[in-house]
Amino acid sequence: MKVKILARNPDDYVRETKFDIQRVPRNYDPTLHPFEVSREYTRALNATKLERVFAKPFLASLDGHRDGVNCMAKHTKSLSTLLSGSCDGEVKVWDLTKRECVRTLQAHEGFVRGMVVRYCGTSFFTAGDDKTIKQWKMEAPGYGEEEEPLNTILGKTVFTGLDHHQKDGVFATCGQQVDIWDEQRSSPIRSFTWGVDSFSSVRFNPVETELLASCASDRSIVLYDMREAAPLKKVIMTMRSNTLCWNPMEAYYFTCSNEDYNLYTYDMRILDRPVTVHMDHVSAVLDVDYSPTGKEFVSASFDKTIRIFPKAGGHSREVYHTKRMQHVICIKWSADNKYILSGSDEMNIRLWKANAAEKLGVLAPREREAANYSQKLKEKFQHHPQIRRIAHHRHLPKSIYHQTKELRTMKEARRRKERNVRKHSKPGTVPVVSEREKHVVTVVK
Amino acid sequence: MASPSKATVSEAHVGKKKKPPARYWQEPREEEKGGNKVGKDEGRTESALQQEQHTKLKPRKRKQEEAGSDGKKFISGKSDPFPGPAPIPEDRVQKFKRKDKTKTPRPKHRKLRDMIVRSDEASEMAHKQAARLDLLLPEDAGFLEGDEDEDTCTISQEDIADAVDITSGAKYFNLKLSQFGPYRLDYSKTGRHLLLGGRRGHVACIDWQSKQLMCEINVMESVNDVKWLHSETMYAVAQKKWLHIYDSNGIELHCIRKFNDVLRMQFLPYHFLLATASATSFLQYLDVSVGKEVAAICTKTGRLDVMCQNPHNAIIHLGHPNGTVTLWSPNQKEALVKMLCHQGGVRSVAVDKTGTYMVTSGMDKKLKVYDIRAFKPLKSYFLPAGASCLSLSHRGLLSAATGDIVQVYKDVWSTPVTKPYMAHRVRGTVWGLHYCPFEDVLGVGHGDGFTSMLVPGAGEPNFDALDANPYRSAKQRQEWEVKALLEKIQPELISLNPNELGQVDHTTFQQRHQDRVQALGFDPLAKDRFTPKYKKKGRSSAGNIERRKKQVAHEDQRDIIRQTVEDKMKMEKERQEKEKKKAELSGQKSALDRFKK
Repeated sequence: MKVKILARNPDDYVRETKFDIQRVPRNYDPTLHPFEVSREYTRALNATKLERVFAKPFLASLDGHRDGVNCMAKHTKSLSTLLSGSCDGEVKVWDLTKRECVRTLQAHEGFVRGMVVRYCGTSFFTAGDDKTIKQWKMEAPGYGEEEEPLNTILGKTVFTGLDHHQKDGVFATCGQQVDIWDEQRSSPIRSFTWGVDSFSSVRFNPVETELLASCASDRSIVLYDMREAAPLKKVIMTMRSNTLCWNPMEAYYFTCSNEDYNLYTYDMRILDRPVTVHMDHVSAVLDVDYSPTGKEFVSASFDKTIRIFPKAGGHSREVYHTKRMQHVICIKWSADNKYILSGSDEMNIRLWKANAAEKLGVLAPREREAANYSQKLKEKFQHHPQIRRIAHHRHLPKSIYHQTKELRTMKEARRRKERNVRKHSKPGTVPVVSEREKHVVTVVK
Repeated sequence: MASPSKATVSEAHVGKKKKPPARYWQEPREEEKGGNKVGKDEGRTESALQQEQHTKLKPRKRKQEEAGSDGKKFISGKSDPFPGPAPIPEDRVQKFKRKDKTKTPRPKHRKLRDMIVRSDEASEMAHKQAARLDLLLPEDAGFLEGDEDEDTCTISQEDIADAVDITSGAKYFNLKLSQFGPYRLDYSKTGRHLLLGGRRGHVACIDWQSKQLMCEINVMESVNDVKWLHSETMYAVAQKKWLHIYDSNGIELHCIRKFNDVLRMQFLPYHFLLATASATSFLQYLDVSVGKEVAAICTKTGRLDVMCQNPHNAIIHLGHPNGTVTLWSPNQKEALVKMLCHQGGVRSVAVDKTGTYMVTSGMDKKLKVYDIRAFKPLKSYFLPAGASCLSLSHRGLLSAATGDIVQVYKDVWSTPVTKPYMAHRVRGTVWGLHYCPFEDVLGVGHGDGFTSMLVPGAGEPNFDALDANPYRSAKQRQEWEVKALLEKIQPELISLNPNELGQVDHTTFQQRHQDRVQALGFDPLAKDRFTPKYKKKGRSSAGNIERRKKQVAHEDQRDIIRQTVEDKMKMEKERQEKEKKKAELSGQKSALDRFKK
């Protein structure tokens, strides 16, 4: 007779001293782990609920401006520095770690319209309603010294926007025309016009650095090549675009914020129709900024909310609002992909988390592992109705909630009418126009 | 770990004489070249052979492998005798496979394709790693083999207990409790604790390995069944009238008056549900984490005294006096399935841990094995005395009690069994039978007390400590309890297929799509009709346009058509081959063929 019976030595399974950690022998045999899908689902549900519990996006409010914040600029080299310009011509430099203002200067009379930090981070430019562009040193003047700009350029017309080249000492302004300036000269090296209109925003392409795009008040978005004398092409839409932002990772895409409550992502090469229409705002969208990863962007709207959109998604994944925040005029996504800064009408700059439920600070390895695991689970089960409902639920202010409902009704009515028209007319005479094609009037080259 | 064939090849490699590296000042020596030719040729064929093996193993990564085998040379000039990653036995990989490879969609859906390919790669890596880890598991399962002409069923428990080590031998013991018998029993999920319930009111829980009595009470009422709840701190006792919950000190925690006349109980550990079957033909579910009754189903089938659970999908199986077995979930008021299993009444039911096989025994003295995924009978055995109690172990050993004899059978579903693997006579009629999880022990409750039997090869040798750890401390148990409660599965998720949640819901999608089409007035997913581009220089003539249209016509059906044509060709080919063979065979056989035309 040959016999063997299971006999485990407890020493192999129990820790030796109480100062050791417990032993956890694993066996990944699937038959020992029944209901794995249901258990994972339950975990995903719990993770989704916890995410909603811990979603506390608002971090701080930076107050000090004496008028609405009109523009902001990220420092190109320092994560903790933020510059903001207000409607009374004041520029403030903020230290974000201490959450305090470190420097205040009266830059312009009237609005500060545009502000940008030079690529080296040693100086910054401001453009104002007083028809001047000023260059300032980044470090504060020493004790007893006057706040003096390094350089002042007097323009002929009012400037409404400003952007700096990524690598060269060249910057662009917009107003009645788009001007390209050399830092060393006091007159523009190139001026672009296309019809009589005024421009509201100009942006350099971050990768193809000689390219730039601007939004004009004749409802068009115009693309330029700095090396050429004439603009490249433009797309005319049904409503005016306020600002635009290039995707920093796929720099052939740009997103523009439009007066018709939507945002449009375009492929620079194909302007006939936007790649994606981003809907959810219930009032004009005023500003947009991409995350440094290029996967998401944030938009500021006149409806007093901030929304975060995935780059390819038609609807927002997140909406931020507070009782006290008024019309949000400018928005920035911090360069470490963790924070969002919004400047609004009621003189405050607000600091938000980009991921509402994220835990800030250093994570222990196990903590991070658990967070990654639950993230993956949430992704895996995101389409299950229960989880989807919880993940998508947001509390909205009453006005916005009602406006959303109203807009939905209007849209539904319009759709119903179109459907009925189509039903009662000769087949083929009323073609189906997709949402993407609806908003583009024409492309001019 | 390398396969033997590979080892021989590599031996040849190592044994090959090393050639000194050529120097640039040396003339290329012709005669040496000629002399070496044979040896070189050998080397080449060997390497070719090796490459062939590689291609057989992984046709996709051939390029990488080749580069790897070249690059694996050490500075000394020797080559790695075991190039590439260590091979994993295919059956082990198969064990961890959850699904077959997903069919990659057409290249049009680029993103989806990428996602599917990536997730497939990840899951493949995961089950390969799991298979690798499987080789390192510390314990091996037990076994019992007789000498020649010795049946293992004739080996007595005393002999086994003598033959094995002292600690294992001590696991064979008898408790003589003749006063309050017969006894029902239950082992806790980790297998450390034993709960005994005597018919005449005696309830005892024991840490059976250290033989330490945790509590002993007499409930002064008849006890129908006892069951551990999720941990060893609480247990449920089905008493004459109501269901009671006690803690491990014997203190009554609850008396649940909603549950009356309970005869049998099952605990679903991942759902925290206690399912009870009563004499009034009610099947009730109690959520023990919140203390609420989840469902009460009137089965309308009379007294329910045969019950078991399917550990794979948490479905409750009930056996009835009319020979049927019914399957129940708490979400449905009717039985999910009704199977006529026996000509007489059903005496006992058991389901194996993978949820594939169900074993039933009936008054017609038959023992039947069913595949409960397909609801098909597999095997039917005739036991002269009939089996009153059935129990299945982790590793698939079946124990059947006939009167006062406990018989253990091996492989009842794969091979026709003629005689038991083990047999043991206890002192009274068997009342309860339960395998101890993670141990080679079968607990038998009978009229004269309790017997703990040794059954080599019954228990799963390697436990998973995050699931059920027999060696856990109190702290670990508390942590486990919190985790388990957090991932308690809702009773709504109980269904015949536990993986249903992970599958694509086509019907809902189709319904939603239909609704959308209704709302929009057109199909947003419909493909645009192909309109040929206008081309200059006379290349947009009517004929040309028609030709271009034809090029893309029926593009959606092309794959299907190609597939069917290929299948047809294949079948045709096979048929022809078969005919040819037949003709050949018949040609050999018959001598009169030459007269055939």
